[in-house]
Formats: sequence, C-alpha cells, structure tokens
Amino acid sequence: MLVRLRPVAFILVLLVIWQIAISSHPGQLLPGPWQTLRGIGDLLQHGLLLKYVVASLFRVTWGFLLAAAIAIPLGLTIGWYSRAEMAFNPLVQIFRPISPLAWIPIAILWFGVGDLSAIFLIFVGCFFSLLLTAMSAVHNIPDVYINVGRNFGLSTPAFIYRVLYPAVAPQLIVGLRITLGIAWLVVVAAEMIAVNSGLGFLIVDARNAGNRYDLVVAGMVVIGLIGLLLDLAMRSLEQVKSFRWGFPEN
Amino acid sequence: MNSLAKAATWEKFFWPLLTAALLLAVWHYSVIWTATKVFPSPLSVEKGLVELAHKHVLWADIIDSLRRVATGFGLAAIIGIPFGLALGWYPALNQIFNPVLQILRPISPIAWIPVAIIFFGIGDKPATFLVFLGAFFPIVVACASGVSNVPSIYRRAGRNFGLSSPQILARVVFPAALPQILIGLRIALGIAWLVVVAGEMIAVDSGLGYLVIDSRNSGKRYDLVVAAMLIIGVIGLALDVIFRQVEKIRSVRWGFRS
Amino acid sequence: MDHVRKIFERDGNSISVLEDISLDVRNGEFICLVGPSGCGKSTLLNVMGGFLSPTSGSVAIDGETVQGPDPRRILVFQERGVFPWLTVEGNIGFGLSKLSDAERKQRIAHYVQLVRLQGFEHSYPSDLSGGMKQRLQVARALAVNPDILYLDEPFGALDSVTRFIMRGELLRIWQTERRTIIFVTHDIDEAVQLADRVVVLSSRPAKIQDVLTIDIEHPRNLSSPRYLELRDQLAQKIGLAFSA
Repeated sequence: MLVRLRPVAFILVLLVIWQIAISSHPGQLLPGPWQTLRGIGDLLQHGLLLKYVVASLFRVTWGFLLAAAIAIPLGLTIGWYSRAEMAFNPLVQIFRPISPLAWIPIAILWFGVGDLSAIFLIFVGCFFSLLLTAMSAVHNIPDVYINVGRNFGLSTPAFIYRVLYPAVAPQLIVGLRITLGIAWLVVVAAEMIAVNSGLGFLIVDARNAGNRYDLVVAGMVVIGLIGLLLDLAMRSLEQVKSFRWGFPEN
Repeated sequence: MNSLAKAATWEKFFWPLLTAALLLAVWHYSVIWTATKVFPSPLSVEKGLVELAHKHVLWADIIDSLRRVATGFGLAAIIGIPFGLALGWYPALNQIFNPVLQILRPISPIAWIPVAIIFFGIGDKPATFLVFLGAFFPIVVACASGVSNVPSIYRRAGRNFGLSSPQILARVVFPAALPQILIGLRIALGIAWLVVVAGEMIAVDSGLGYLVIDSRNSGKRYDLVVAAMLIIGVIGLALDVIFRQVEKIRSVRWGFRS
Repeated sequence: MDHVRKIFERDGNSISVLEDISLDVRNGEFICLVGPSGCGKSTLLNVMGGFLSPTSGSVAIDGETVQGPDPRRILVFQERGVFPWLTVEGNIGFGLSKLSDAERKQRIAHYVQLVRLQGFEHSYPSDLSGGMKQRLQVARALAVNPDILYLDEPFGALDSVTRFIMRGELLRIWQTERRTIIFVTHDIDEAVQLADRVVVLSSRPAKIQDVLTIDIEHPRNLSSPRYLELRDQLAQKIGLAFSA
C-alpha cells in the first residue's frame, strides 16, 4: 500500500518545492501550484477551457483520421511492392524531417488562418509517421503467413482482408497511438502560431494579453493531462482481445 | 515482398527518379494551370536555393540550427541516458518518476516557450532548451525500456561471475541494451531537428525555422520558403543517415539481425 | 520431379542448392526426405510446393506442371504456421470459405476430432502448446482435402516426447485419410518409423544419394530386427551423406 503512494508522494514533494521556489522570489512572473489550480478554475468558470479543449480535439480528430485513411492503405501498398517502395522512399525520407510547423506559410497560403490550416498541419505531421509505420508493418509480416495465404489459393482481396490486415493490425495500433501523441504535440504548436482558438492559442494569448502566466501554466498542465488521457485510451484499445495476440510474440 | 521477380539494381535509381520527375512535372504544370501568383514553381525554388546559397545568411542559419540541436541533444543525452538507465534498473525509481514523466511528455516543447523565455530570455538559450525537452523524453524512455528488456539470463550470468550491481549494469546490461538505446537516440535526434525548426519560428531570430517564417513575412518570398523547407528536409535526412552509420559499427551491430 | 536444379543468387555469388533431382512419387505414398542440416531439403520441398521455381527442370503432378502454390498441395511449416489472430476453429476453417455454413461447421468439427483438439475450438493459438499448434496446422491442411501434404520438419521445434506422440498421431491420421505425404526431417528414427520410402539427400548441393524402401507393415515395432536393420542402413547412408 505504501509502495503505491510513492509516486503520489513524489509529486507532492515536487509541488512543494515548486511552491517554495515561487514564494521565495516575490514579484516572480511564474505561478505556483496553487495559483495554477486557481487558473484552471478560472478558465473553467469562463467556459474557455471547455471551448478550447473541444477546438483542439476537433482539429486533432480530423487531421489524424484523414492522415490515417490515406497513409495506412498507401503505406501498406508501398511496403508490399518493392518497386513502389523504391520509387517513393527517397521522397518520403526527405519530407519526413521537415517539421510540420515549417509548413505553416504554405498552410496559411492555401487555407488561411483557421481550422483548416491547423488540420492540414496535423495531417502532415501524422501522414509521414503513419506511412512509415504501415510500411514497416508490412515488412515485418513473417513470410510463413504470406506463404500459407498463397498456399490456400486466396484471391488478392481475400488475402488482403484475411491475412495482411490481421497480420499488421497490432503494429498499426501501436503506430496509431504514437502518431496520436504526435498529433497532440503538433496541434498545440500549430495553435500557438496559426490559429485563434484552442489550447495552444490559450498559452500564447494569456501571455500576450496581460502576462497571465498562471493561465499559461494552467494551459500547459491541461495539455499534459489530456495528452496522457489520449495515450491511455489508445493503450486500452491495444488490449482488445483480437489484437492482443500480437504482443506476446514481440 | 512482392512475389514478382527481384528488381534489378538500376531500378533502385530509376523508380525514385521517375517519381520525382513526375512530381516536379505535376507541380510545374499546376502552378501554370492555376495561374497562381504566389506559390512558387520548381524553377523559382531552384533559383531561390541558389540565391540563398550565395547569401551568407543561409550558412549562418544552418550553423545556428545545427548548433542548437547539438547543444540541446547533447545535454539531453548526457542527462537522459544515465537517468533512463537508472529508471530501467531500479523499478522503484521508475515507479516514482514515471507518472510525472507521463504528464510532462505530451506537452509540446513549443508550449514551453513562454516559460522558457522567462527563464532564459530571448535568443539561443530558449531554443536549446526546447530541443533539450524534445529529445529528453524519448531518450529516457528508450534507455529505460532498453534496460528492462535485457533478458534476465544475462543479469544472472553477470551475478554468477561475481560482478557487483554497478559492474553488471556497466558491463552486461548497458552493452546488451545499447542497440535499443542507439535507436532511441536516433529518433530523439530526428525529434530534436523538428523541434529546433519549430522553435526558431517563434522564439528566435536566426536559424532555418526563422528563415522559413521570415521569408514569408518580409516579402511573401514563397520560393525561399519552399527552398528553406527542402534544405531542412535534406539536412534532417543527412543527420539520420549519419547516425545510422554509427549504428552499423560492428561492435554494436550484434543487436541487429539483418 | 524431373532433373530439378535450383541455384540461388546471393550477393553476387551463385549458390547451387539442388542439383539434378529426379524422383517419382506414387499416389498415397509416405515419403521422407532425409539429409544433413542445410543440405536443401526445405528448398526442395518449397520447389515441389510451387513456392520456389526451379532454375531448370520441372515438377509435375498427375502430368500437370507445377506453376505456383495451390490448395491441392498444402505445406505444413515447422513453426509459426498457424494464424495467431484466429481461433482453432477459425484456422481450420481458413480454406473453407467456398463451402456453405453447415458444411464448413461439419468439416471443422470432423477435423477437430481427428487431431484431438476437442474442447479447444474457441481457443487462440497462444493458449496452445507447440504440439497442439502443429496438430492444428495439420487439421487446417487436411480440411481442404488436398492431394498432397508437404511437411517441413513439422516436429522439429517440439520436445522428444511430444515428437514421439505426434508421429503416432500423424500415422493414425494418414491411415484414416490417406494422402500422399512428403515429409522432411533430419531425424533417422523418424524417417524409418513413418515412411514407405526414404530419400537420402547429400549435403549441399543436394543430390539424391539413395532411396531406401521401408518394407515393414504399420504399426511398426521399433524393436523388431528388421526395423533396426533398416535404421542402421539408413544411418550408414546418412553417414556417407555427411561426408559427401
């Protein structure tokens, strides 16, 4: 029982240190834990928190799903046909290290300042990650499964549905979880630059319009918590029985 | 993977070149066809690249970005690797620190900018701090899981031969975990590169990220924007390739089955 | 098989794995391919099954040249052959999608019984032991009524007790539902216990060293003089094969 409390105790210790550090420097701009908590309350009261969280989640959902719908089938195909991989891999490798945020000027040019821009940026961030995940998942299918599929004379659509997809599913789910994390990082950053709502915007706005650092840190804490929740939600998906087979094998 | 005949060596160059050529053609003709006044055509991007190369600013920007990556990543590695190893080795430590890490990790490094500016002012330091944050978490996670994934057989063998705990960690566990740690470092380096560019778009006034944003803001020079993006991509790729070469050094290679 | 040769190219070097293999197999026969590790037995099996094409020569079944894998000739792999995302029933029913629901259920039930996996119909392979997984693979293979069954060291990953039991099971199944079986192994006892004819392959590049006919009736007494005699003969021939 005591062991379980260790992380909690540690967090409490950190909070205390934080509070002390702040209190011992009066006139300090940064808030202490208590102020941050009040900041969160403040945001909740004004309905801003909910509004911004919804805005951020909305963009993440759209960007993420669009990227998944396109990148996964594309990635599976490219991974499967060696010539396709030869054709596209160099291009992918060059585009991948370009931060999604570097696309902001283009995003604004094409979509203006607003939701679409943010969704586009999230799409870019998720697209390459999912593409590579799908490609690698196909590579990692043990040859045995493919040979069995061929042996039983499956037609190509049947093969894709009954062998390929189940075989790659566990790896895809892990990739989806990691990519969702990326999406969450991108949306916050994108909102700090290119949009006028959302949690990222909250941080920038709170600072610009009045140095409300209590709201800044409050925003950061909320971002961290929601990101964590998203991750946990995806992990529980990994536990679904028909996907679980993939994990003991690893 | 496909059951079709094995591809010839020349095809390794043919297909990507063909695809690139097609892409450039599509790009070129879309620009003409939509008669856009702002979006650059491949030719203007090429000219932009040349223009940038001649301007001293480009090289200074590249060096700035690389410097921040080097510092931030280096710090993250120096602090993160021992920390991660400890977390993997002592489950009690992991239990204590993990929840905090899990909460801090999903906070985009960019979101730390206001806080970073308070601590470090404007300039190099906040950007380096952001890079540090971006690289720190993946490194810690990779080290921790690298250590905990070392088969207990190895640890037991170490103890069998009379090694003390720190010796086992250094002489058995660390080499065993090294392949995974290197992969984590490589990924963290990639993230560092992404973060530095993003950070430079907000918090600093030099570097490749700044070049991207500045080219747009001062004159809508989209040709330079795209040129800068390509440079960012190529350098990022180069970093990745170089690191992969490090992974290939033979004494480390045992962990990778071809 | 007619003068089958197989040459692999790797890193610019040609490695000749199979050299001039010619063999006739009768319907319903149980043939064992025996040879030292790495000699190319699995390659030969894959060529027979149509998963690899010969560099020269051909494989014909009932007069028809083999072009590729076919459900009439199912290969049972040494390990990881069953699909981990399907239950026992799902695996056995894998090749039966063209049947009606009722027929499929019936066939699945029949083969579950045959390989003695009753009670595990809804279990996943991760809940099964190694021997059970191999039995599942055999059931899946038999369910589609193939003409030929290829087995690539199917018991190689199992412990010796299980292997012994599995041999008995395989013979029992074979005698109930007779097919042509081609069985690859490096275990001499296994070959003599199971096969009608044993084909001895030399080390790489593999040629047919010898063909031994096992003329003992099933069930074979493993202590009978004839059994031991044949076993020693085979051991001798393999001894030659090792030094070839």
